[in-house]
Amino acid sequence: MYFLAAEGGEATHNPIIPIWQEIVVGLVAFGILCFVLMKFVFPRMEQTFQARVDAIEGGIKRAEAAQAEANQLLEQYRAQLAEARTDAAKIRDDARADAEGIRQDILAKAREESDRVIAAGKEQLAAERATIVRELRTEVGTLAVDLASRIVGESLADEARRKGTVDRFLSGLESTGAR
Amino acid sequence: MFGQANVLAAGQAAFPPSVEDFYLPSILPWGAHDSYWFTKITAMVWIAVGVLIIFFLATYRNPQLVPTKKQWFAESIYGFVRNNIAVDMIGHRGVRFAPYFTTLFCFVLLTNMFAIIPFFQISPNSHIAFPAILAVISYLLFNWVGIRHHGFVKYFKNSLIPPAPWYILPLLIPIEFFSTFLVRPFSLAVRLFANMFAGHMLLLVFTLGGFAMLSANTWLAPVSVLSWTMTIALTFLEFLVICLQAYVFTVLTASYVQGALADEH
Repeated sequence: MYFLAAEGGEATHNPIIPIWQEIVVGLVAFGILCFVLMKFVFPRMEQTFQARVDAIEGGIKRAEAAQAEANQLLEQYRAQLAEARTDAAKIRDDARADAEGIRQDILAKAREESDRVIAAGKEQLAAERATIVRELRTEVGTLAVDLASRIVGESLADEARRKGTVDRFLSGLESTGAR
Repeated sequence: MFGQANVLAAGQAAFPPSVEDFYLPSILPWGAHDSYWFTKITAMVWIAVGVLIIFFLATYRNPQLVPTKKQWFAESIYGFVRNNIAVDMIGHRGVRFAPYFTTLFCFVLLTNMFAIIPFFQISPNSHIAFPAILAVISYLLFNWVGIRHHGFVKYFKNSLIPPAPWYILPLLIPIEFFSTFLVRPFSLAVRLFANMFAGHMLLLVFTLGGFAMLSANTWLAPVSVLSWTMTIALTFLEFLVICLQAYVFTVLTASYVQGALADEH
């Protein structure tokens, strides 16, 4: 660059020899850059990174805690549910047993009652039958004696009563009927 | 800043480009060639510092647990350097170096990037002063960390005496000293500087070459177009180099710190 050299009247530069003014400028400028970035920017970046790590780890920890709590609650609910089921089954069994007992009681009572009613009926029937038979027996005797008296023309009633003829006859009838 | 463009427009472009193309006239005072306080280069450094400070302060003014898009972007830059460089190289102890590494990475990346941003089109890192500052800081950093971690004597013992038979030590100790304490800052600085210097020089060669051929002979116009096409292709290559060098500078610094912290050789 002849014209440059001519214009400035400057000796040629050696590129490997630093210019001291540039060293001063470079030192000051780079010093300022280092000061600002290393004091105000990068430490805050480290802080942000750390905060981010904390946030993520904290989030994971919180999630784990929540998961554990949820699991525990689930276990608890399951236990409670199982307990409730057993209780319900027991109650149902008890109720069934009670119902069965009551039914048996009622049945027994009913049977007893019916037996009693039947027995009373039978007794009454027998009594009535006996009465009727007795009445009939006297009636039949009287009728037969009356009839015979009319036929024979004399009173046989006293005779018959005296000798028990009618009774004997009836007894004979009964025994043949019973046989 | 637009001096080059004027020169190009006037068809006065000298070819081939020289080292002097890297030393533009100063902005304040305007056009001076012996004043370096306020040149395009220093202006770009200030712009880089300003852009980075504003970007990070704006995106991280009110950090949220669930990040916004901008916050996420700022965080992923820091996260990249923190996890993929600091923690990967140094282990969990690397986290405390991550802020510096990220600052370093962002600064180098952006100042490198000026090499291909229109109207800037030169990287401050093509002036060795800036890579040198960063390299010296890295040098002081790893030595300081090592001395603080091991104590002065043990640190130098660890660094200088490799586990080797005693008779070979007289040969190894000077080599270790040379490579660890002399070459490291120099190689760091020169690697970045030379890459950016060469990148800018390449782009200059192809851009100015196009103009030079055009002004020499109009029939060479197709070759000029080819030359400018090459400039575009090389710009993409530059992009790769820019990112790679920013990464390499940070990774090497991390690796030196790791070496200083390592318990045994």
